[in-house]
Amino acid sequence: MSAMLEVKNIQVGYGKIIAVKDVSVTVNKGEIVTLIGSNGAGKSTTLRTISGLIKPRSGEILFNGKRIDGIPGHEIVGLGICHSPEGRRIFPRMTVKENLELGAFLRNNKGEVAADLDRVLTLFPRLKERIEQRAGTMSGGEQQMLAVSRALMGAPQLLLLDEPSMGLAPVLVEMIFETIAKIRQQGITILLIEQNANAALEIADRAYVLESGVVKISGTAKELRADDKVTKAYLGH
Amino acid sequence: MAKVSESKKFTGTPGQIRRQRIEQSGAIVITLLMSVWMLVNLVKAPEQFVQVAISGLRNGLIYALIALGYTLVYGIIELINFAHGDLFMLSAVFSSFFITYWIGADQSNPKGWLAFASCLVVVMIFGAVVNVLIERLAYRRLRNAPRLAPLITAVGMSFLLNFIGLKWNGSTPRQWPTVIPSGDIYIGEIRISLITLWLFLIGLPLLLALNYLVTNTKQGKAMRATSQDKDASTLMGINVNKTIAFTFALGGAMAGAAGLLYQQSIGTTSYNLGFQLGLIAFTSAVLGGIGNLWGAVVGGLLIGLIQGLNDGLPYAFGQQWSQSVVFTILIIILVFRPAGLLGKVTTEKV
Repeated sequence: MSAMLEVKNIQVGYGKIIAVKDVSVTVNKGEIVTLIGSNGAGKSTTLRTISGLIKPRSGEILFNGKRIDGIPGHEIVGLGICHSPEGRRIFPRMTVKENLELGAFLRNNKGEVAADLDRVLTLFPRLKERIEQRAGTMSGGEQQMLAVSRALMGAPQLLLLDEPSMGLAPVLVEMIFETIAKIRQQGITILLIEQNANAALEIADRAYVLESGVVKISGTAKELRADDKVTKAYLGH
Repeated sequence: MAKVSESKKFTGTPGQIRRQRIEQSGAIVITLLMSVWMLVNLVKAPEQFVQVAISGLRNGLIYALIALGYTLVYGIIELINFAHGDLFMLSAVFSSFFITYWIGADQSNPKGWLAFASCLVVVMIFGAVVNVLIERLAYRRLRNAPRLAPLITAVGMSFLLNFIGLKWNGSTPRQWPTVIPSGDIYIGEIRISLITLWLFLIGLPLLLALNYLVTNTKQGKAMRATSQDKDASTLMGINVNKTIAFTFALGGAMAGAAGLLYQQSIGTTSYNLGFQLGLIAFTSAVLGGIGNLWGAVVGGLLIGLIQGLNDGLPYAFGQQWSQSVVFTILIIILVFRPAGLLGKVTTEKV
């Protein structure tokens, strides 16, 4: 397997605060990799750095073998990395359809975009019913579906999902995880952040445990589920 | 103006319902008072009424063009760009020099018309370029700074442009020749100056073009996305810096056009124009609901109309009260509708 994304020893900070001290993560093509860890461990910052929203202070990020740290955020999408951010960040005063169209902002092939629109609406039939509704008036779960769909509209090779289950009812959490598995079947590689470590380790191939901006443990999902330290700290067994 | 038929459709918490009731009754009272006032005047002097209304709307169109610059910029980065009025002033001075000195046109003949047409293009580019430069040099660096920093910078930028205007135009108002066909046409007893007609012929298409650009093009979509969430827009592949610069360019171009139209219709420029008209245009933007494009247009036309009626009607406060009337109306409307006429109070799910 070839490495699609290699994050090498990045350090990232906001002003005087260092959010990520030293994180290295590798994602191979076709995998689901998950980052777990408590609040403030640096998971979201890691994803934001990959997407180019923040520049790392040191370290490098390679995507398909090419360095992408230092490339402005709006150009990263064009490379095939789409990010469904923490807190959903949908455009509240636009309709569901407009949100989805913005997900395909850089794509010019109208036929392909229309086909992808159909594809995400099949994945999330709920959004089809709400297609003309203003996104800000939908429920949290629906907004989450929209955020994931919007990222899919960018035709990603690599999909970054930041807490897709946050604040959702248990039924919806299950549904979101099933959908993530379906997305992988369509050939999209996924880097997933989750608080719900149990569910994440169930669908992931490999996992990294972050603590205070450092990778503490890494391994296959199976190994981590069997690891005493991980189960105690994150799985609540 | 309120629709009475919807008075039963109040929804929300008791507090919101009470607020809606107050808003509605206030709106009805104001609308009634204004209607009575206008009606009395209309009966007393119908031709005069139409005439002052038209000239009021003409000024209103210029306010609207300037107000768009305030509202566009506020909409996208929530900054009140105090320098915008002064950009309008510089554009008016630029137009005067361009037509009178650089091209050398001083009367309404083919040369004058050509000078006017080319000036419209050039001054719009001038306004756009200056506004983009202001954003690039001053505001962009402060985008993540506390709100007060860019606001004070905008005030500083206003002074800077103001003094450039003082140096360029001189401290006293200057008279300039009009190069577009002037004269009057009569519809019945009503006299309309050709210049007014020209203003509408140029101003209205500009407004429509701007509206088309913002609502129907990809660039416009990028602007609307950027105004709602900059990080999320970046994740969509939108170049946020470019989009903000483009917004400043649009606002600047509108101020440029307004500068030329003002200079040609009024014929006088002075260095403190930016303060006088800028304040009224800003008021228009707030009155219509700042951040809302049509709000700026409606606000500008409405203020122009009220000013025109107040200045020219037989039963009115008269010109010396002009500003007082405008700002009193602003205060009353904001008391009842704090978000402006077309603005919406933003409550969104988090």
